[in-house]
Amino acid sequence: MSEVLLKVDNLKKYFPITGGVLGRKVGEVKAVDDVSFFVKKGETLGLVGESGCGKSTTGRVLMRLLEPTEGTVEFEGQDLTKLKAEEMRRMRKEIQMVFQDPFASLNPRHTVEKILEEPLIVHGVKDKEERKRRVREMLEVVGLNSYHAKRYPHQFSGGQRQRIGIARALMTKPKLIIADEPVSALDVSIQSQVLNLLEDLQKEFQLTYIFIAHDLGVVKHISDRVGVMYLGRLVEITEADKLYENPLHPYTKALLASIPIPDPDLQQEKELLKGDLPSPANPPLGCAFHTRCSACMEVCKTTRPELVEIEPGHFAACHLYNK
Amino acid sequence: MELSTNKEIQVPIEPAEDKAVSPWLEAWRSFRKNKLAVIGTFIVLFFVLLAIFAPYIAPEGINEQKLTASDRLQAPSSEHWFGTDDFGRDVFSRVVYGSRISLWVGFLAVMGSIVVGCLLGIIAGYYGKWVDSVISRFFDILLAFPSILLAIAIVAVLGPSLRNALIAIAVINIPNFGRLIRSRVLSVKQEEYIFAAKAVGMKNSRILFHHVMPNSIAPIIVQGTLAIATAIIEAAALGFLGLGAEAPNPEWGKMLSDARAFLTQAPWTLFFPGLAIVLTVLGFNLMGDGLRDALDPRMKN
Repeated sequence: MSEVLLKVDNLKKYFPITGGVLGRKVGEVKAVDDVSFFVKKGETLGLVGESGCGKSTTGRVLMRLLEPTEGTVEFEGQDLTKLKAEEMRRMRKEIQMVFQDPFASLNPRHTVEKILEEPLIVHGVKDKEERKRRVREMLEVVGLNSYHAKRYPHQFSGGQRQRIGIARALMTKPKLIIADEPVSALDVSIQSQVLNLLEDLQKEFQLTYIFIAHDLGVVKHISDRVGVMYLGRLVEITEADKLYENPLHPYTKALLASIPIPDPDLQQEKELLKGDLPSPANPPLGCAFHTRCSACMEVCKTTRPELVEIEPGHFAACHLYNK
Repeated sequence: MELSTNKEIQVPIEPAEDKAVSPWLEAWRSFRKNKLAVIGTFIVLFFVLLAIFAPYIAPEGINEQKLTASDRLQAPSSEHWFGTDDFGRDVFSRVVYGSRISLWVGFLAVMGSIVVGCLLGIIAGYYGKWVDSVISRFFDILLAFPSILLAIAIVAVLGPSLRNALIAIAVINIPNFGRLIRSRVLSVKQEEYIFAAKAVGMKNSRILFHHVMPNSIAPIIVQGTLAIATAIIEAAALGFLGLGAEAPNPEWGKMLSDARAFLTQAPWTLFFPGLAIVLTVLGFNLMGDGLRDALDPRMKN
């Protein structure tokens, strides 16, 4: 369980901002800015943060759906960022993705069978009968029926479609699945079904997940470790229990405080985040969070804090803990 | 491969119908409900059948001249349903044979512009950057000319004939299809299922032909049907100007132009070819509108 499957070092993704008649580069959006973490085999790493903090971009850069600007992504000791296009294409057999919107991520003109069969076709399963058999098997595994194979995506509900999306990701028997907000587009009642399915599949196929979400409740339910992102940077990463019981970074504290408690009589004394997310095109100097931080010090405005191990296995990027 | 835990979380909602409904079948169902579109389709079918079976329907050939006064410029009668023209030829037969020319020209010209336009449009949309700029500027140049003027110029260079008129019509329609498919490819390229296809590990060519193309084709079918109508009018216009079909060929536009001199004496020589043009174009337009409603529901309302 302790073997490292994926190791990300100093990953950066900057999007150029172009302007003017000639489309010259006038600036850049630092969507992912110097992110490092690792994922151990068989665990689930949750990535949380507000929208626009770069968590989805991180997922896409890991799969090289977007080319990273800098940094390395080591998968089983192999640097994905150095692979040629064709090598990367083959490598996708091992790393699959579940997308956020089950209505947009399935081609509306293909039957479920074709959608699920395609990963096998492109990764060299030549036998047609074998492909069909595996499609039917996989449908049963994700809780659909094999007779659904002939149908089109629009004939399914959101939850069912997401099951198809999960089935597609599983077809090539990958080792790592990057789930990009897989339940945020679903009804709450369906969310738990899909989460349970993901957990069951993890046990069944020894999967490793990177689970991207903005809902801390969902992440707590499924994750072994959780990383918190803010403005393209990782501000805290540790085991899920530790994070929820003993958050270190002020941003994490604020996020946890913002989880609604389903009790109308409860008077809450908590500090909620004020202000908006600063523009990633022009992030604040020093600690990116200092504009909204309740514990802001002088040093925060000038120096960017590094992600350091404050307790064993508990990393945070905050000057409060720098001795 | 069986998971026991999945038993209790079985599919919650069953779709009403058991059979798979493909997007095409659904489009056909909604097309069938559209009365005007069905009428249009029947008109088009009628003219297609007319063209195919012209030799069996037309009582005379296209150029059987009878130059006696009793045969020239005769009003419609039981013998000559649509009357006769100044050479004593049966207008009905000529209109029937004319459907062959008009449909042929309309269909071929549009096919030509679809093939060339789509190829350029897909390349421009998928590869982008400078390729896109070059191709898009080429479209802009073509669109900057009034289309019929450009067609006249092309025919003037190539020499007047039906074939050259066809080429001219094909060329002037290229930018319409090119732009349409380019914009479709640009928007489809951003769809999440294209990202998904890439994430699964598909090659560019597979994504282009299995995912981008099928999702871009519907507006081409719609535009193509409507363009046939325009092409028929353009062919008639070129024929009217003497830049299309040559003398004995019963091209509808040419017939109109020949009949002009006898407008007061024999209006039927003008009326029936004109009516044929109007009906064919109307048929294609109704069908095209129906297809648009059926294939592209976002355009509705």
